[in-house]
Amino acid sequence: MAIPKVIGTETEYGIAAVGQPDFNPVLSSSMLISSYAGSLRRIRWDYEDESPLRDARGFEPVTGRELSDEDLGLANVILPNGARYYVDHAHPEYSTPECLSPRSLVIHDKAGERILERSLAIVAAEIPSSPALAIYKNNSDGKGNSYGTHENYLVDRATPFGDIVRDLTPFFVSRQIFTGAGKLGLEAQWDERGKHVFQLTQRADFFETEVGLETTLKRPIINTRDEPHADPERYRRLHVIVGDANLCEVALFLKLGATSIVLKMIEDAFLPDFSLVNPVAAIHDVSRDVSLTAQVALTDGRKMTALQLQWEYLELARKYVDREDDTSENREVVERWEGVLRGLESDPRTLSGQLDWVAKLRLLEGYRERDGLAWSDAKLRAIDLQYHDVRRDRGLYHRLANSGKVERLTTDEQVERAIMEPPEDTRAFFRGRCISKYPDAIAAASWDSLILDTGRDALQRIPMREPLRGTRAHVEELLDECEDAAALVDRLTG
Amino acid sequence: MPEQEQKRIQKKGGGEADDDAGQVTSSSKASELKEEMDDILDEIDSVLEENAEEFVKSYVQKGGE
Repeated sequence: MAIPKVIGTETEYGIAAVGQPDFNPVLSSSMLISSYAGSLRRIRWDYEDESPLRDARGFEPVTGRELSDEDLGLANVILPNGARYYVDHAHPEYSTPECLSPRSLVIHDKAGERILERSLAIVAAEIPSSPALAIYKNNSDGKGNSYGTHENYLVDRATPFGDIVRDLTPFFVSRQIFTGAGKLGLEAQWDERGKHVFQLTQRADFFETEVGLETTLKRPIINTRDEPHADPERYRRLHVIVGDANLCEVALFLKLGATSIVLKMIEDAFLPDFSLVNPVAAIHDVSRDVSLTAQVALTDGRKMTALQLQWEYLELARKYVDREDDTSENREVVERWEGVLRGLESDPRTLSGQLDWVAKLRLLEGYRERDGLAWSDAKLRAIDLQYHDVRRDRGLYHRLANSGKVERLTTDEQVERAIMEPPEDTRAFFRGRCISKYPDAIAAASWDSLILDTGRDALQRIPMREPLRGTRAHVEELLDECEDAAALVDRLTG
Repeated sequence: MPEQEQKRIQKKGGGEADDDAGQVTSSSKASELKEEMDDILDEIDSVLEENAEEFVKSYVQKGGE
């Protein structure tokens, strides 16, 4: 029997100082994060005084602050919502707390965007010497450099990894038709044709092998990093590096929901063999075909389009959900999945409020038509980039969303709440609440442990190896009863 | 972007590789969509980065992950 899908995303954001290409992205990323983290105490105090947190300006700006050591180091903080916010390479990265449903993760992924936007505002207000920064939720600079958006899914250690590779690879190749965030241009050395072509995904160009450990070069479609952040005897954390960052909530929900169901089907050996002859070529071919007519070859001799493959997965998912896992959210995933495939089949333009690549392509075509622009025009490339700007007044996705052109699955209130509140149904609840309640006693934290300094001789380590323990139902009463971290340690060890 | 520069880029880019780019089948609701699109473009015009060429050129990232 398949295990519950505890899921999370990690997003490396693009960072730029417009007009100042010589700025230091590592320093600036660190400054964003430490400034945001530094503001939390003020936010928390406000919260305890029951001042509303709704306003992104709910902090008291300190003007003229100088750079501190904290800014200069590589910032790495755990937030009250259970997320991790840190510098990875030369990017600010946001890892959501663990969530138990795609809908919950959409809310928390979106909260990450708001946290980046808020960080920009805090730096602008507090550090006048900082260059004017901009942040993009995308995966490529259009010049051959890529940075990742990774998905993580808890899977049963007992499932043979070979089954995952066999059954998930054709799904990853074909799901690009709804997960893609769209990109103008090719960034692959092996194909110089059609330099100005529009393709479905940001990432496909960067994938060169089928299976492997790497994430920064010779990237594999299936990543084998084995770091479960949980009991390694029972669990695997499938680290998916092949996806794009999504801004459209429907695309994000469907990516997470459909992949979760497919993984459960793999755990229950529910899928037939859809193995592809050449998955690497196929992932490029599918991404570069906006007509959705390119066929990929299966090892059994059949040839199918990505859309046909997705219909196969969907029909099996429907059967699986009916028989094995009939939840309202799974039914919603299946309905959405069908709606999107039908739209792609009849007229993709009808999905401009649901899929990022369609929304972006529609903007580009609109500009081409109105202004008579060639595909090589710099303005179109600027639109491609600015689509991903996290600032709600500047980002083109956000302008579309603000004017009601994009379908939302979340409310602003839910997203705002997730900036401070952890999910209630995973161990992130315990982590987040401890950070909020005992901030001075947390010596260190990781995904599967908290280390408390209660002022006694030895630090106390609290292991959290079960992702579904430490939920609100498990620990809220306990935390309410423990005034300080020492009391918590006594209760847990007593 | 200054008008002059925009013209120059258009001229330079004109007629290049247009055929390869995305074609999505046209819909019966074409005119309705076009009207809606014009509204969207008008709104977006006001927030687009001013110097598109410079903006795009200067966006260089270090690889990540």
